[in-house]
Amino acid sequence: MIWILDITLLLFLVICAVAAITIKDLLSAVVILSAYSLIMAIVWVEMRAVDVAFTEAAVGAGITTVLFIAALARTEGRSED
Amino acid sequence: MSDIQQSIIIRTIVRIMIPFILLFSLYVIMHGASGPGGGFQGGVIFGAGIILYAMIYGIEEAKKKISDKANRILASGGLVLYAGTGLLAILFGGMFLEYGVIPLMPTTAYTAKILIDVVEIGIGMTVLAVMISLFFDISPPETEEDMHIHEEVE
Repeated sequence: MIWILDITLLLFLVICAVAAITIKDLLSAVVILSAYSLIMAIVWVEMRAVDVAFTEAAVGAGITTVLFIAALARTEGRSED
Repeated sequence: MSDIQQSIIIRTIVRIMIPFILLFSLYVIMHGASGPGGGFQGGVIFGAGIILYAMIYGIEEAKKKISDKANRILASGGLVLYAGTGLLAILFGGMFLEYGVIPLMPTTAYTAKILIDVVEIGIGMTVLAVMISLFFDISPPETEEDMHIHEEVE
């Protein structure tokens, strides 16, 4: 465990999570969420859970982003609140 | 979207990349028992390869490669493989998914190894079919203009 790397990754994780729920443009929120998933995958590898990291990278950063963007193409793409 | 689909660079790179993505997904599925990976992750990567094709070449074109009917057959076929392997063990007097009791190979460890791979393939088939059909259903329908672009580039 490299604690400086861990602290940096967790800091980025919190920043991404807060940015994803506060931003108004939904497309940006989806992209930030996929960045969150990628950082989360690295954190899983740091915690020696390679299998979970694999799933997080494939599903969280890959398929979920594509499905969210496809769903956004059918809507306005702006948050009301 | 249409600008990206028209780009010759993206079309060529996607065409080159897709065989490698699909090959990697098959590796992940078959390697699942002895290392990181497995049926679910491999199926998701396979689905992502097909979705990449559908995004660039159009959904109608992708449906010619893997139709809704093929999706339905793959999804239910994977379930049959998984449940069938489990129920086969019950038929031979064991518990659900107790591979050792099936007299397929001389040693039980060898039998278990092969049947775990069969189960992984079943999971992979179901996951890839469900992922692809999710994308087909959720993405907006193609307009006349989109169709025209695909014909123009071809």
